[in-house]
Amino acid sequence: MENTKSYWQENLRLIFICLIIWFVVSFGFGLLLVEPLNEFRLGGYKLGFWFAQQGSIYTFVGLIFWYTKKMNELDKKHNVEES
Amino acid sequence: MDELRLYTWIAVGGTFGLYFFIAWWARAGSTSEFYAAGGGITPLQNGMAIGADWMSAASFISMAGLIAFLGYGGSVFLMGWTGGYVLLALCLAPYMRKHGKFTVPEFIGDRFYSKTARIVAVVCLIIASITYIIGQMKGVGVAFSRFLEVPYDTGLYIGMAVVFVYATLGGMKGITYTQIAQYVVLITAYTIPAIFISLQLTGNPIPQLGLGSTLADGSGVYLLDKLDMVVSDLGFKEYTTSSLGSVEMFAYTMSLMIGTAGLPHVIMRFFTVPSVKAARQSAGYALVFIALLYTVAPAVGAMARFNLMNTIEPAAGQNLDYAERPQWFKDWERTGLLAFEDKNGDGKIQYTADNETNEMVKVDRDIMVLANPSIANLPNWVIALVAAGGLAAALSTAAGLLLAISSAISHDLMKGVLMPDMSEKNELAASRIVMTISILFAGYLGLNPPGFAAGTVALAFGLAASSIFPALMMGIFSKKMSSKAAIAGMCAGLGCTMLYVFQHKGIMFIPGTSFLGGMEPNWFLGISPNAFGSVGAVINFAVAFLVLKATGPAPVNIQNMVDNFRSPHGKIAAAHDH
Repeated sequence: MENTKSYWQENLRLIFICLIIWFVVSFGFGLLLVEPLNEFRLGGYKLGFWFAQQGSIYTFVGLIFWYTKKMNELDKKHNVEES
Repeated sequence: MDELRLYTWIAVGGTFGLYFFIAWWARAGSTSEFYAAGGGITPLQNGMAIGADWMSAASFISMAGLIAFLGYGGSVFLMGWTGGYVLLALCLAPYMRKHGKFTVPEFIGDRFYSKTARIVAVVCLIIASITYIIGQMKGVGVAFSRFLEVPYDTGLYIGMAVVFVYATLGGMKGITYTQIAQYVVLITAYTIPAIFISLQLTGNPIPQLGLGSTLADGSGVYLLDKLDMVVSDLGFKEYTTSSLGSVEMFAYTMSLMIGTAGLPHVIMRFFTVPSVKAARQSAGYALVFIALLYTVAPAVGAMARFNLMNTIEPAAGQNLDYAERPQWFKDWERTGLLAFEDKNGDGKIQYTADNETNEMVKVDRDIMVLANPSIANLPNWVIALVAAGGLAAALSTAAGLLLAISSAISHDLMKGVLMPDMSEKNELAASRIVMTISILFAGYLGLNPPGFAAGTVALAFGLAASSIFPALMMGIFSKKMSSKAAIAGMCAGLGCTMLYVFQHKGIMFIPGTSFLGGMEPNWFLGISPNAFGSVGAVINFAVAFLVLKATGPAPVNIQNMVDNFRSPHGKIAAAHDH
């Protein structure tokens, strides 16, 4: 029971971290902070525009794989892997 | 027959033949194969199938066109339609897979221990899926009529017949393997023209990099800077900064994200993999396959806009003579999707943002992807490939939606509520019959598109975002969430969203019945009806927690069930020994 509880707590922590990054790259960099970021450039891209149309999507992909990897470790650590 | 039509028939005929072959090879023998492909799909395969399922005629044909004309404002679709997968992978898919049932309404019914909740979910699912499917059927009809010059209805009948064969024969199993093939067809058809055009314009074969590169004309000017300059010279908003307004963009992106995570035909695909681990993984693979198209789309949009402007006005003040317009211009004029009116009588084409002097009186956004290869003078086989790709996108999404509808009716309504003692064999027969009826109904709607077809995206995403997504989130993350509270929340979220959409766009989109008018000044906080699903979701959460406070928590056995699906450990109620 204790084990299940701490497993769930750690999972929630991971989800929370991921969702903050998810929010920052899309709603943060891509929308709310787009104007100041557009002052910087990435080649021909204005940086804010790049986050909105490219960068956020790459980050989303990275996030899911990172979470999956972390969860596989967590499953092992708490011995709750599928049989 | 000219060369282009010959190539198009070969591409379309060849891919259809392939789909038929796969359908025959992967036909389903049991309900578990029919609904969930026997739970034996690998994450990589599932990711590809989700990609095809997800990327509809709207993603393939319309999205780049929208971006071409909205510029930065088009980012809502790019972030909205990909960001939802993060929510799916982290918050929904693993737990719903662990619970191990076939359909989304079934999960909601179990978690909220209520047949009413299950029926509310079925209703949401059917409305969302049907509004979505009309667009796919129209896409099939348009693709056939434009590329193969067969009448619109004939094209639609061919499309219906193809879906009928592989969807009823194979169910989820047949659909999954066909979708894998369709993904390959659609991504090839999307990226090949993009690579060609990127090479032509910037010398860089990777469209994602080409969009950020300098032009290949030796001027050393960045493509996006040049595009900004060209469009703002003509009075249009600057491409890279044209916003829809920050509140609107925020609400719209959020609605699309949570709507994506709540669309049942996507969630359902996660029931096809063998384990919780595989469910997490397949969301990752799915997003990789989706991102392949979604990161190319901004390049396609910007480059199409660039080529269009350049064709009409190769250099400032040197406008194209109407008499010398290229062949693609004539082709699209015939369809009525492109129209020119010589307002100042000089025989040249002026394309400006000013309604008084603008002579391109109609440029339909949907033609950008389809016309793109011909605008860039690409070879005929590339154009033929685009036709096959558009059809693959429309058919694969239609099949996934049909499966979601038929399983909701045969599994949730008939087996789950009306006739619990129906045998597996009868259920399988019932789901095939329901699917046949759904195909005929969808075809009928494609032939006689109801007046509200244009507003349907708002409705489908609004419904999923305001009703299904919050219910699933609360079911998983709040152990105490009770049946009464969840149903009250779903009805409140759904009701407010529908009311808002209808009051601005008309009841069931009938013109003249919008009691507050569609005018922007009446919008709540300036949020358009399309973007209102996120507000509906907030209402759903708020109402549910208030009712929960007032009426008390869910029973202990339900709380234990939640504990059980939160952990991958223990017996997975596998979809195949249901």
